[in-house]
Amino acid sequence: MDYMILIYQDSHMASMPADAPVSAPWIAYTQALIAAGVMVGGSRLAPPSTATMVQVRDGKRLVQDGPYADTKEQLAGYYLIKTPDLDAALDWAAKCPGALSGKIEVRPLAG
Amino acid sequence: MPAEAGEAARAVEHAARAAYGRLVAWLGGRSRDIAGAEDALADAFAAALATWPREGVPRRPEAWLLAVARRRMIDAARRRRTRDDAVATLLLAAEAEPEAAAFPDERLMLLFVCAHPAIDPAARTPLMLQTVLGLTAAEIAAAFLVTPAAMGQRLVRAKEKIRTAGIGFRIPDAPELAERTEAVLQAIYAAYGTGWEAAGPSALATEAIWLARTLAGLLDDEPEALGLLALLLFCESRRDARRDGAGRFVPLGAQDVALWSDTTLAEARGLLGRAAGFARIGRFQIEAAIQSVHAARRESGETDWPAIALLYEGLHGLAPTLGVAVGRAAALAEVQGPAAGLAALAGLAGDTYQPYWVLRADLLRRLGRADEARVAGERARALTADPALRAFLAGGVAATEA
Repeated sequence: MDYMILIYQDSHMASMPADAPVSAPWIAYTQALIAAGVMVGGSRLAPPSTATMVQVRDGKRLVQDGPYADTKEQLAGYYLIKTPDLDAALDWAAKCPGALSGKIEVRPLAG
Repeated sequence: MPAEAGEAARAVEHAARAAYGRLVAWLGGRSRDIAGAEDALADAFAAALATWPREGVPRRPEAWLLAVARRRMIDAARRRRTRDDAVATLLLAAEAEPEAAAFPDERLMLLFVCAHPAIDPAARTPLMLQTVLGLTAAEIAAAFLVTPAAMGQRLVRAKEKIRTAGIGFRIPDAPELAERTEAVLQAIYAAYGTGWEAAGPSALATEAIWLARTLAGLLDDEPEALGLLALLLFCESRRDARRDGAGRFVPLGAQDVALWSDTTLAEARGLLGRAAGFARIGRFQIEAAIQSVHAARRESGETDWPAIALLYEGLHGLAPTLGVAVGRAAALAEVQGPAAGLAALAGLAGDTYQPYWVLRADLLRRLGRADEARVAGERARALTADPALRAFLAGGVAATEA
């Protein structure tokens, strides 16, 4: 089954500049996912301040600066992994460096 | 040889009672689709009721039901044709149809699945009651004081979560096993508790005891599983004494000990002893120990309240639940007087927890605070549907079932 691993961190940590080097724990984690054959995709995201919101209502396009919600915790990155079941996905999420200081959402893909 | 319709119906009912949980566990475990398994089984039971009168009750009714339900599920999965359902089909088709005697009893595994942390906590015990015990959503709703519609929704969502999120169907490995065992024990305890109010034999209480027994049998190095079974058996031993000949409620302190069951008590005491041998104390063992002190009134003629109060101190440290806090307050009242008991109740929010109001009413009455006692007593009465208990409470004397 395919699962999104959504990494939420407090906005300070999610706001690291896009070109900041990736730290060793994250490199190791990504490599472990690849070596285990579960990695389908993934990326760190640029900071929430770089986000733009788009809506279309009544035929009118509305574009706004900023992320979806101005919350303390922000989406900082994601992985897409393939595991036999939820428990395996949860094990991988628990190993993610983001789990130590932030929160990880594990969501199956639909269908 | 055709069977009588009545004989066929009885055979179906017997198979349903004896094997429902095992069938759901086997089918659900292989497809990860509990709701689908339940639907397929309902079809199989209907098919049995239709064909067994004509063709006779099969030599192995459970195997027949399993085969029909399994084929229904495979057909349904093929019709759906999405990627994951194809996986389910393969799982089902790959495994050879088991012999009835050999089809493994995976109810314990199903219990652990229902206790998975990814499932809404409010749904875990209801799920266990429905899938392993075959209770209806309406029956479970009544036990949990919610509407059948709300409970039905909760159960549907939980099963959908299990299927869509792909919760694994296995008994968890060591570190999680300990966490989930606790949840399973609590659910069984809750199941027993909801069967407790009934006067006379209670199917739910009986099933809860069966579950506790199964768990104790399979986790034979887990003293808390032994403790839970001991606890339930201590409580069960008193069932015949809880109502008098006229059906009136009899509180624990007033019960006729001759009506307590010898054999059940002996078993409970043996289990508690075995649990103690592991030297790994836990909340269910302490609760069982408290019950064993109550049971000792049978031999000694009196209740050792200081011992009970001491045990409650230990229990409160481990499991500071409202129920334990109220029990502790009741014990303190017996040892240090009603004012001490009332003081212990002071920090607690009774809300809809009936024993809190029962105790409060009793303590206020003993302190001569009649008006306040009456208010609390009315609250206690309003919180129970049991007519015998209501009548007892209306009599102005509070019940303490500590």
